[in-house]
Amino acid sequence: MNVIEVEHLVREFRVRDGLRRRVVRAVDDVTFTVAAGEAVGYIGANGAGKSTTIKTLTGILVPTGGAVRTCGLRPMSDRRALARRVGVVFGQRSQLWWDLPVRESFRILAAIHGLDAARERSRTDALVEQLEMQSFLTTPVRQLSLGQRMRAEVAAALLHSPELVILDEPTIGLDVLSKQRLREFLIAERAARGTSLLLTTHDMGDVERLCDRVLVVDHGCLAYDGTLSGLSRRVGARRVLVVDLVEPVADLVGVPHTVHLDSAAHGLRQRLAFDAADTTAAAVLAAVSARAQVRDLSIEEPDIEDVVRRLYAATR
Amino acid sequence: MADPVDVSRVAWPAGLAPYRVVLAARMRAQRSHRASFRVDLVGSMLVGLVELAEVWVLYRNVPSLGGLRLHQVILVFGIADVCFSLADMVVGHCDELPTYLRAGTLDVFYLRPQPLLAQLVTSDISLRRLARALVGVTALVAGLVLAGPGWSPSAVLLVAMALVFGTLTFAAMFVLAAGVQFFLVNGAEMTNAFVYGGRYAATQPASLWSRPLQAVFAFAFPMAFTAYLPVVTLLGLPGAGWLPSWLGWCTPLAALWAWSAALLAWRTGVRHYQGGGG
Repeated sequence: MNVIEVEHLVREFRVRDGLRRRVVRAVDDVTFTVAAGEAVGYIGANGAGKSTTIKTLTGILVPTGGAVRTCGLRPMSDRRALARRVGVVFGQRSQLWWDLPVRESFRILAAIHGLDAARERSRTDALVEQLEMQSFLTTPVRQLSLGQRMRAEVAAALLHSPELVILDEPTIGLDVLSKQRLREFLIAERAARGTSLLLTTHDMGDVERLCDRVLVVDHGCLAYDGTLSGLSRRVGARRVLVVDLVEPVADLVGVPHTVHLDSAAHGLRQRLAFDAADTTAAAVLAAVSARAQVRDLSIEEPDIEDVVRRLYAATR
Repeated sequence: MADPVDVSRVAWPAGLAPYRVVLAARMRAQRSHRASFRVDLVGSMLVGLVELAEVWVLYRNVPSLGGLRLHQVILVFGIADVCFSLADMVVGHCDELPTYLRAGTLDVFYLRPQPLLAQLVTSDISLRRLARALVGVTALVAGLVLAGPGWSPSAVLLVAMALVFGTLTFAAMFVLAAGVQFFLVNGAEMTNAFVYGGRYAATQPASLWSRPLQAVFAFAFPMAFTAYLPVVTLLGLPGAGWLPSWLGWCTPLAALWAWSAALLAWRTGVRHYQGGGG
């Protein structure tokens, strides 16, 4: 069974451009399905049509053309039935009541979804424990840190135990630890309940750790549908190892499975690109250390915008 | 919690539980900021008093205007103001829709298993408007005593109908304005002109209006039906122009018309929604 079926979806917006009206096609003939239990990353540059797709999937926007089925329902006409089966987290929007304590927001949402007292209690307790929210349960939402608020938002969206969870930029702005905690929770939730996941993100780490499958949208069109490793093979989702050396050294060319990108400060800082499918950061570092003394290092994760750009160039 | 206006203590049908819980939380939140709540109450009452004073000053200086005398127009003011304040308390925050639209808060309503309009209406309640309604109630009681209609079952029915359907008519105006906001994200000024202008029109004798104005504020936006026409019928006064005095019995029709327009505007607006922000 498919939890999401999108067929030839088109969504246009009429925008005013000075005095003239112009039609912008935010989603242009997109077709894909998501099977029950799958975890799919929906990635693309800003303005590629990710949020628009999500809004048509959840009944917020009416499609201009094509057909959408979410959990077997038509999102617009069956919106209320669908709301009971889908949980949505918008990174930029809050579902919580800003002037109420977190616990109170959960209580209201439980009433909104018609959970009985026993179910409300057991589910809230489980979420509070898994997302480590005990310390700020009685804090008004407006006083939460971003990381705390995102955890509360995710709990709010999952309170009614939806079969499909849609997350729009859930980790945006979060520090490494908060990101990690959120990802671990989502992995555990999927393992325990078989929840299907669709997430949009700018963070390759989210996709790598959470998703079985990636959809790449570009200018409203689907540019790629497959596994992350397949995407890496196609465009080379390269990581970049940046090494700061103790002494200036000639360009470190010829390190196995790497491409020397550039050197700065007369060779004191050098950047080497490598593909995670071919080698590991540790192996690259060992090879570099054999040739020069490393003082400091950092790794640049592949940038989604970059992946999309190269994908676009590759399909030309 | 022992509190006179705690809605969570009222027995509500199960389907209404979500609304009840939200409203109870909103009320607690408003009352928890006690100082600001009191200031709001006083401010709200002052606005009502100033508007009443305006009518009073005008009618003190003329024996009658538009076929009404001071005590009669106070009755019109009282009914219109009670109805408007109650409507404002319950659905007045629909005015906030442009803010919700811009901030994308409305998207969140789409993700909950309740009708959008019901969620918007119950998303807040403005208790401070109670102070405003108090001014209206005072004017209403004073008007009823001074104007002294012959009390009969039909007079009581007429006043009761005027209050119920007048409130519904004003509430419909707020919803109509909200529906139109979907198309005019920055059009709050325009819709305010009709909502608050309509309230002002409702406190005036419609007999003062030219026929085009009657067409707008008696029929298109049935403001004359909220107070003026019921008072004319109640006191046995002649109507005006296109408004014979028996129309005072037609308040349910006015409310029905207003709600038809309001729900149509809301439905069209929701379908037109383009989503807010990112």
